[in-house]
This record gives sequence, structure tokens and C-alpha cells, in this order.
Amino acid sequence: MLTRHSGSDLDVEEFDVTVQAGKPGAGTPGLALHGIGVSAGVAVGPVVRMAEPVRPPDDEPAALDPAAAQQAIAAALERVAVELERRAGLTDAAAAEILGAIAMMARDPSLLAGTERRLSDGVGPANAIDLAVEEVCVSLEAVGGYMAERATDLRDVRDRVVAHLLDAPQPGIPDLERPSVLVAHDLAPADTAGLSPSTVLAIITEAGGPTSHTAILAAQLGIPAVVGVARVEQPAAASDGGKVSGEDRIRALLVDGVVLAVDGASGEIVVEPDESVREGWTRRAGERQERLSRFSGPGQTRDGAPVALLANIGTADDAQAAAAADVEGVGLFRTEFLYLDRPAAPTVQEQTETYLAVLRAFGSRKVVVRTLDAGADKPLAFAPSGDEENPALGVRGLRLAQRTESLLDDQLTALAAAARQSEADVWVMAPMVATPAEAGWFATRARQAGLANVGVMIEVPGAALRAEQVLAEVDFASVGTNDLAQYTMAADRMLGELATLLDPWQPAVLDLIAATCAGAQRLATGPLDTEEGDGNGSRTARPVGVCGEAAGDPILALVLVGLGVSSLSMAPAKVPAVRAALALHDRDRCVQMAAVARVAADAAAARAAVVDLLEPEARALA
Amino acid sequence: MAERTTVVASQSGLHARPAAVFVKAAAEQPAKVTIRKPDGEPVDASSILSLMTLGVEQGDEVILAAEGDRAEEALDTLIALLETDLDAE
Repeated sequence: MLTRHSGSDLDVEEFDVTVQAGKPGAGTPGLALHGIGVSAGVAVGPVVRMAEPVRPPDDEPAALDPAAAQQAIAAALERVAVELERRAGLTDAAAAEILGAIAMMARDPSLLAGTERRLSDGVGPANAIDLAVEEVCVSLEAVGGYMAERATDLRDVRDRVVAHLLDAPQPGIPDLERPSVLVAHDLAPADTAGLSPSTVLAIITEAGGPTSHTAILAAQLGIPAVVGVARVEQPAAASDGGKVSGEDRIRALLVDGVVLAVDGASGEIVVEPDESVREGWTRRAGERQERLSRFSGPGQTRDGAPVALLANIGTADDAQAAAAADVEGVGLFRTEFLYLDRPAAPTVQEQTETYLAVLRAFGSRKVVVRTLDAGADKPLAFAPSGDEENPALGVRGLRLAQRTESLLDDQLTALAAAARQSEADVWVMAPMVATPAEAGWFATRARQAGLANVGVMIEVPGAALRAEQVLAEVDFASVGTNDLAQYTMAADRMLGELATLLDPWQPAVLDLIAATCAGAQRLATGPLDTEEGDGNGSRTARPVGVCGEAAGDPILALVLVGLGVSSLSMAPAKVPAVRAALALHDRDRCVQMAAVARVAADAAAARAAVVDLLEPEARALA
Repeated sequence: MAERTTVVASQSGLHARPAAVFVKAAAEQPAKVTIRKPDGEPVDASSILSLMTLGVEQGDEVILAAEGDRAEEALDTLIALLETDLDAE
């Protein structure tokens, strides 16, 4: 439905498909909806909905004129190819090459051979291209690996061709002619490649949770975002008596052109806001901005305890943006982008150049690089981890590096070379470490390569519980709260339904972070290694940081500091609020907050108990 | 019909970029060119999808056949491409 709606002119008739009774349109202006706010900021703008792919109809009639139908299919394929080439012209070289290859697939003569045969057998045009594509996809998937991934690209071409043939909206993110609020069921990594803060005012998804891809991406780009709108209980409109499911009601309300006010901090959405809402929200956002801009520079608590505020980055472009922000460096540089979607591993030379560009952007600041974190869920064509029943529990992270050692050695060599040529303070850490022996294995290799500061991610509960022994092998640890929550609560990160279990406020997750900090402390003061220790705590404890969505929650950040964490790494857009929260509280208050959170019954109670201890001025950050 | 056998030099086999370069060159030939593995059916060399389903890796032997105008010339050009490591460029 592409009709534009404005103000109270909502056409009631058009909603009748999904909302049976009453006049939801008439009751809509001013209606408030709630979701989970995952990226702060206020925006007001018209909805543009991301269309979902249309399937060819089961009862599609045979083409009356197969030759004309064949021509229509050829024309649709050509349109898709031209569009792909146009997009290729707007992006960087690596992405352009991929898009160019997909355009080539769309023009492949074998597809037209496949449709011609089917059209003459009496199959309708949309079904003919669907079957022709599926035939090729089955062959590609039989080859496996890199080829199997291309089947996904080919099916995307198919969806676009089918939409052209049926005169339906093109799936995926539409071309935004004016700044808009993007509404989608959920966003996949492929959808988000071309998102720009200049045209996307805000993002709203029906599904998704705080650690979903949408949430991470929006925060990275600084676009206000609210996720899980269909999962949060909404006030039932009087008109439908609560009989319509959340998803259907949201679908009926948030159609193209409807103006929304979105608050990405609180998760509030107002449909067709009146002037007072627009003014009030814009003022609120301005005040929040003003409050945050009063604080700048290195992070510290009110009484001066330093807490390094660092950025999470995932690409060389992210690095440029983050380097310009008021951050003390990078706490998590994800290096997967160098490896994914390519048939062969990057060379040492290529990696060195990329790392050097990132390191130089940060001058003499600290940059913590995480070595490749791939596995069955992020498969690599050149280091297959095979089919696994449970990829999250499989050969991933450091385990994959142990299987294909040359991958890790090349990466460490390249990183050490880049470190030598830059001023940056380079730290390196391994993902998915479970035992002290694994930590030692990694440390030996990294130090042999010439890297001085070697650490591990704490994501596995086993490593958190044995942090003292794990840290004895390395120089620092960084807690990955997203995976730590997944493994502690035995809840798949990809399942939005389990968002409550995955909440980093879960007291059990906080206990494990506390155990990690306590391990670091014991190592500094305790008798583990009596020759080195003097028993008086005069040695500096190995630093424990947090990188993960938890670090970017200004209230939870206070708890983490109270647990003993000394650095917080997050999307750069989240740093100002965390800096402000720290500046408003003494370290002792943080310790007290950590204590009440850990004894709470559940995540919600933990948060409520901590909010009670906030300075009044900090409440607006919550 | 002209036919010749060679070994694929590109690091990534006939995937991605090397495949695209090869297919483009094959489509430009006036002769009709097919490619097959020693034990497989020949497929149209100007079809990237057909080429991809062959799953050719570095070091694999492939057999090119050309029929029509300037068939030998077409094979010269295409064999030269296959014997170059296109990933290294």
C-alpha cells in the first residue's frame, strides 16, 4: 500500500483488511506506542515501510503469449541488473564488485533458457522465473561454501524480478526521496548496507531486541531507533477490543506516509503527533543534548576515578567516524569485515594496510583489536567450520584459529607490522576463550608476533569463573556481555523471544562480571604467584573492560564500574550519556549500585533498585 | 570443434572476480565456447551461473571447447586467462 496519508485524512477503508472493527484511522492521531529504545534521539517524520518480498501466486494463469511473457521477464531482469549497477556506482570498490557480479547473474543466459522452457509448458511468468532461479540455487547449494551464499543473492534478484512482474513494491530498503522514518519487520545485515543518517530519521522494527543487528547498527550510525514494537504490550485501541494481534495492529497503523514522532531513548512513538507533542519532544531532545554537552574529555566518576570511554568499530569507515568523536580510543575493533564475503583470506599486505589506516586515524590513542571471530554462523569460504547443530557452541572464535593456525598468524603478523608503523597504543585480544590453556596459547603466538599487550574476551562463563587463572596468562580482559549473557542464560542471541533472558541486567550475568573483576584483583594481591606478588595489593590489577551493549547503557555502566570494570567500549553515539552518568556519581555510589543489583531477584528488579540510587539529575538519562 | 585442457591458476578457483572476468571474455568471443571438468558435462562458458555450479577450484583441470568463428583464437584468449592468477592482480 503506497498511498500517502497525512494528518486525519487516514482512509479507514484501507485498514479494514487487518483491523476488522471500528474506525482505527479516526482514533489514530496522538496514539502512543511503545517499543524498546535502543539508540537515543528524537525524530519526527513520515513512515516509509520496507516491503517484504512478494511470492508468485499459486493460481497464476499461463501466459497467453509466451514470447511476450519471455520478453517481459528479460526486461525485468535487465531492470534489476541496471539497478544493481547503479547501486554499485554509489558504494566502495569491494561492495561494487559484489553488486557487479550479482548484476551479471541477473543477465545470465541460463535463466532465460529456464524461463522459456517453462513458459511454453504453460507456467505463468512469475512462477517461471521463480522455478528457473530455484533450479540454479539448488545446484549452487550442492557445491556449497561460497557458491551456496551466492544462492541468497540470486534469490534476491528473483524477488526483485517477481515484484516487477507483479507490479508490486520492490523488496528491501526503498529509495528515500525525503528524510523518513524507516519501518520494517526486522533488518538483516544486507538490508542495512546503504542506510544513511541523512535520509533515515529513525528506525522502527516490529521484531528484534536490544542486541539485534538493527540495534547495533542504528547506534553505530547515531540513528534513533526503537525495536520490538510488536512484542511490547500496546494499549488496545478501543475500536478493536484487543482482538487484533500486536503485529497486525502495528502493520495497519504504520503505513507509508503516516507521520510519527520517535524517541529512541525511551522507546516511545506517537502516531500523527500534534504540535504540542512535536514541540515538547524536540525541546526534550534539545535539553538532553545540552545536559550531555556539559561533560567532555576522559571518563571519570564524580570523585575522579578514571573510566576509559572507548568506541566499538567494525570497519575502516567506522574508524574515521569514531576517531572524530570525543573518545579515548577503541575498545573493540571487530576485524571480521576483512574476511567475510570473499573467496580467499586477505593477504598480510592487505591486512597491514587496513589496520594501519585504522590505527593512524586514532593517533596515539589506544586501539584494542579483536582477532577474527568467525564460525558456523559467520562462515568463511576458505576456513569452513562445517555444518554444526549449534553454531554458537561450535568451532568459532579462537577455536577456529586453533584449527587453521595460518589465519591467526597472518593476522597477528599484519597487526604487529601496522603497530610498528603507527603511534597508536595497540592491544590485541582473542574471542571465545574458555580455558587458561587457550589464553596461554594465544598469548604466546601474539607475543611471538611482536605484540606487547595481549588479552582475551570473557564471553564464556567458564572463563569468567576461572578469571584469575585465565588472566595469569595475559595482560587484560574484556567482557563481551552479549555472548556472556547468551551462554550464562542458555538463550540464543538470535531469538527475539528470549530478550528478557538475554538482558545484561540479569543478576547472574552481573555475578560473572564481578567474578572476572575479583579474579583480576586476587591475581594482583593474592598468593597465586607468591614470587611476583607482595600480598599487599601494590601491584596493579590486570584491567578488565566491557565491550558490548551493556557498556552503552548509562545506568548499567555505573553498575559495571561498581563491579570493578575500568573501561567501557560502545557505539560512539552512546558515549556522551555514559560520560554524563559517570560524572554525576561517586565511585562508592557505583559500588553500592552494583551490590543492590546483584542481590535483586531479576533483571527488572535489578534495574529498578539501581534507578532508585541515581542522582536526580541523572534520571533523565535512564 | 577445437578443444583444449588447462589447469586453473586463480587462488580462489573460478569464483567471484576470476569467474566474472572469464565469463565476460567468453561472451565477447564470436565462437560458442563451453567449459567442463574432465568427468562432467560441458556448460556455456558465457554463463556465470553455469560456471559457478561447476565449482572449479585452484589447480582443477578444465576442458574448453569452441565452435564457430575464430574458435582457436577464442581458446588462446580464454586459456591465457585461466592460466593467470586473477586474484593476484
